[in-house]
Amino acid sequence: MLEWRRRREPSLPMLVLSPLIAIGLTMLTGMIVFTAIGYDGFHAVESIFLTPFLEPQRWADIGVKGAPLVMIALGLAIGFRANVWNIGAEGQYVMGAIAGTGVALLTYDMTGWWILPAMVLAGILGGMAWAAIPALLRVKLQVSEILTSLMLTYVAVQFLYFLVRGPWKDPGGFNFPQTRMFTADQTLPTVIEGSLVHLGIPVALLLAVVAWLLMEKTTAGYAVKVVGLAPAAARHGGFSAARTTWATMLLSGGLAGLAGLFEAAGPFGQLTPQFPVGYGFTAIIVAFLGRLHPLGIVFGGIVLAGTYVGGEIAQSTVRLPQAATGLFQAMLLFMLLAIDVLVRWQIGWKRRAA
Amino acid sequence: MNQPREQDVPPRLALAHISKSFPGVKANEDISLSVAPGEIHALLGENGAGKSTLVKIIYGVQQADEGTISWNGSPVAIPSPKAARKLGIGMVFQHFSLFDAMTVIENIALGLDEAVDREELKSQVAAILQSYSLPLDPEREVHTLSVGERQRIEIVRCLLQKPKLLIMDEPTSVLTPQEVERLFATLRQIAAEGCSILYISHKLHEIKALCDSATILRGGRVVATCDPKVETTRRMAELMIGAELRKIEHGQTKEAGAVRLAVSGLSLPGEPPFGTDLKGVSFEARAGEILGIAGVAGNGQAELLTALSGERLAAAPEAIRLDGRAVGLEGAGARRALGLSCVPEERNGHAAVPDFSLADNGVLTARHRLPLAPHGFISRGAVSRFADSVIKLFDVRTTGNGALARSLSGGNLQKFIMGREIGQQPAVLVVSQPTWGVDAGAAAAIRQELVDLAAKGSAVVVISQDLDELLELADRLCVINEGRLSAPRPVASLGIDEIGLMMGGIHGAGEQVGAAHA
Amino acid sequence: MTTAMLVSIIMTLIAASTPLLLASLGELVAEKSGVLNLGVEGMMLCGAVAGFAVAFSSGSMALGLLAAILAGVAAAMVFAVLALSLTANQVATGLALTIFGIGASSLIGAGFVGRTVQRLGPIFPAALSEHPVLRIVFGQDVVVYLSLALVAGVSYFLRRTRAGLILRAVGENDASAHAIGYPVVAIRYAAVAFGGALAGLGGAYFSLALTPMWAERLTAGRGWIALALVVFSAWKPGRLLLGAYLFGAVMTLELQAKAAGVSWLAPEVLAMAPYLATIAVLTMMSLGRKTGRLDAPACLGKPFTAS
Repeated sequence: MLEWRRRREPSLPMLVLSPLIAIGLTMLTGMIVFTAIGYDGFHAVESIFLTPFLEPQRWADIGVKGAPLVMIALGLAIGFRANVWNIGAEGQYVMGAIAGTGVALLTYDMTGWWILPAMVLAGILGGMAWAAIPALLRVKLQVSEILTSLMLTYVAVQFLYFLVRGPWKDPGGFNFPQTRMFTADQTLPTVIEGSLVHLGIPVALLLAVVAWLLMEKTTAGYAVKVVGLAPAAARHGGFSAARTTWATMLLSGGLAGLAGLFEAAGPFGQLTPQFPVGYGFTAIIVAFLGRLHPLGIVFGGIVLAGTYVGGEIAQSTVRLPQAATGLFQAMLLFMLLAIDVLVRWQIGWKRRAA
Repeated sequence: MNQPREQDVPPRLALAHISKSFPGVKANEDISLSVAPGEIHALLGENGAGKSTLVKIIYGVQQADEGTISWNGSPVAIPSPKAARKLGIGMVFQHFSLFDAMTVIENIALGLDEAVDREELKSQVAAILQSYSLPLDPEREVHTLSVGERQRIEIVRCLLQKPKLLIMDEPTSVLTPQEVERLFATLRQIAAEGCSILYISHKLHEIKALCDSATILRGGRVVATCDPKVETTRRMAELMIGAELRKIEHGQTKEAGAVRLAVSGLSLPGEPPFGTDLKGVSFEARAGEILGIAGVAGNGQAELLTALSGERLAAAPEAIRLDGRAVGLEGAGARRALGLSCVPEERNGHAAVPDFSLADNGVLTARHRLPLAPHGFISRGAVSRFADSVIKLFDVRTTGNGALARSLSGGNLQKFIMGREIGQQPAVLVVSQPTWGVDAGAAAAIRQELVDLAAKGSAVVVISQDLDELLELADRLCVINEGRLSAPRPVASLGIDEIGLMMGGIHGAGEQVGAAHA
Repeated sequence: MTTAMLVSIIMTLIAASTPLLLASLGELVAEKSGVLNLGVEGMMLCGAVAGFAVAFSSGSMALGLLAAILAGVAAAMVFAVLALSLTANQVATGLALTIFGIGASSLIGAGFVGRTVQRLGPIFPAALSEHPVLRIVFGQDVVVYLSLALVAGVSYFLRRTRAGLILRAVGENDASAHAIGYPVVAIRYAAVAFGGALAGLGGAYFSLALTPMWAERLTAGRGWIALALVVFSAWKPGRLLLGAYLFGAVMTLELQAKAAGVSWLAPEVLAMAPYLATIAVLTMMSLGRKTGRLDAPACLGKPFTAS
């Protein structure tokens, strides 16, 4: 008979392979499910998982969508490793954009190199401030950050609606609910002339390397891991769980805020009610697909950005509704969590007692 | 207890040629024994001798590979604990399966195989408590009870099923001597009513006091069956251990050195939800001595250790002084940097991170005194060298410094943890339950290390529930009870009865008064 | 304020509270068994879309409600297989379930956007259900009465029955419950399934009774509020009833203010109210407790493996 056996040590090959297996299983399941409900399942899966990567003209788009995903996921993953469950990154992303836009609106008639850095700083601080609320409530009162950070996302989105429909509405915008367009000094420069590839993409990659160094080489990264794996041992070793909660919440909030500002000052160029597209939630999947490892997250970000790009392709090729993209992303996370069991357990033949 | 035994009455329980293997281990090999009705039969052996496996087979938790079990003369199969209970076998485990946030009566109801009407159950329980004069309030929540009271829940739970054989697994390991006496009285009464008792222990004086016969196990085999009332303690001990008893080597008698650790008036609320408050704890530990702190589990040992390690801070800096310096408000890292090292009882998850390698576990507590992470950057080379040196010096059996802590046996992990602390040459080492769940060889090595550390001029504080260990190691002994620490006494001047009384403290006395009223 | 207005406000309040009550009551039972299922929002959406699709297609409310319950259970079983059988992280699995519920409901509901069904009606005859005042008591639909009966039922089950005792025991100390011989995982499966059934029903209440039409994400985060309500209730069904109706009141206030066109308060600020109230309630719960422990089941959210 087959039986499950707990591995003495997690399997390293399985750790690396499991995201790939999960992607494969998601493709297979997606094909079957979407064929069963009357779509062209094969081409749907092909459009979502293969076409974006096979057609070079899509790569810039993958980069643009991947950069915020990677930035947010890096912060979230570090938090998750410390058992800090910030799932309100979407709200911090929005607040970062709002704070940065605030600076942009104050400086719209000015020029100078310092404007964009000021917006970046405001974006980071805006995200941090929004993350500081759940951090404070958790550290001081042990209120679950899961619920508070999520509730604050709804609040942030409503705040955005309020601003773009009210005080921040573009006076010359024909009463559309949106802010002014940002000026040249307020816009993220592109890295490749004439393409969509903006500064956020190299910054995201750089941040991944920094995060990797932080987690692998420093006592701060060590503290994060100990606090998450064994809180009592962390206290015994002189690491403060409260300080780690603060640090990881502010870090993830700041990165989400930065991503929000980059998105506002890059692809959007203004704030509109369509600004929150769910990157803050998708980044959770990116973090898990990347095994909470900074370099894995780059991979995860590329795959998930691909599903966004591919989802749009599939809308035109096989008329797949937009919602299907979300479904594929959720299936990917399900599969990953299921496959994860193979990292910790192995299947073997039951040894005959004799 | 000395039931008249007639030859024509079949034994209540008879095991014939029982064997059981696990991958890599023969836990039981060709074990035969029999227990007569009303007999109290001891199963004697060291940790790892195969007692637990054998008992699990009798109680249906595990199945024997070979051999037969007979019940009242006829062979039976016991496929599950439920089947065992149906036959009339009850068991009180060493680690109770209790629910802290629930009441005594709810806990008892949960332990029964069939649903019993609440009122009916209440009256049955009351009857049992009455007839065995067991003090226990059925409506109390379990977390408010002492360990002895918790054990009574398990006993009542078993007695409700009117057992014919009661298995007691190391029942006294967590009791005060007074509680042990009370338990023995109960067990004798149960046996006198015809119920057999299989009593598992490695404590020889208890077995001499209680049991009618004894089966001694070593390495999974029966090495002897004897009458413990006749056999000498020394002979039984040698049978159990399989060698001549070895003594710890203390150096020459020491002069009392300078005070290295001074604790005065240390009070701290217990850790939520169910902790014990520390109440005005004061003691001194001197260079070159080992101070023992005895006490029954749950009397504030865990709180004392975390208060000393700096995981929880004292109210005032002067409450704890290290080499004269007030450190009561310093955190764990600062105290360790100054030379105060602590080893908590729980190895996995407290003293070490189970999912970290040994090398990474070295960083956990050694980074303050050794240059493992200069300027916040971890030096892989230094970390690796430190772990290797601990593994080598303290004879840790492992595949290397990359092995995960949880892949090590309890004894080997404990050796690594002790080595990690001793390797930093602390001024003061406080260690809780240094040999808990550690095999005999490793335990002896760890005790020797503690003695050697003290001999080099450190002060060593050993918190333990194992009196024998403390009497062997400590120069002076005090007792912690309900968060209060008694004044230390030189070990040489103490009798075991006296320590027992100290351990029982107010708590034990109160209970005796309660019993007198009942 | 006239009596008619007051009655109408109370009717709205009860209607707004009912889905919250159902979803949080189901989650309470799951949490009592030691399982933290953060996928309530996802299960509600599955129930909402399944209930609407079946009721719309078949024209039968009963079939719609049944379908909603089954959809909720099915979603809960996906969670259970991952979190209980494969011991995946419960937080991550619950999140995945919510993302899945959003995607699946949008996909299935794509063809139904903007369609309406006949609103779920009262069960008593018009003489009672349309009485100007007594309709508060007799003018409710079957789900409202069911939700109140379930509160009483769950309360009795947890406190008075042996099965309830065992369920609590599993949530308090899974290792001990296993040692005694209770099937920990099976019991948790049942509790999670019950939670899914009620979340599904609560979701369907949105699409069949409150709106009654289909729109994407029409539960608008109520599943998360239901989770907070369980904390607020200190895991007691009676307090849960109070909490759900309190939140129903907050949402009714929001609707009333919007309808009355309160001009000094932006509608977006009103829309924030339930979420801010949730944070406030969670904070007050923590301020109000004496020790470091809410009355959470001791094993809440911890994976269990028998070995």
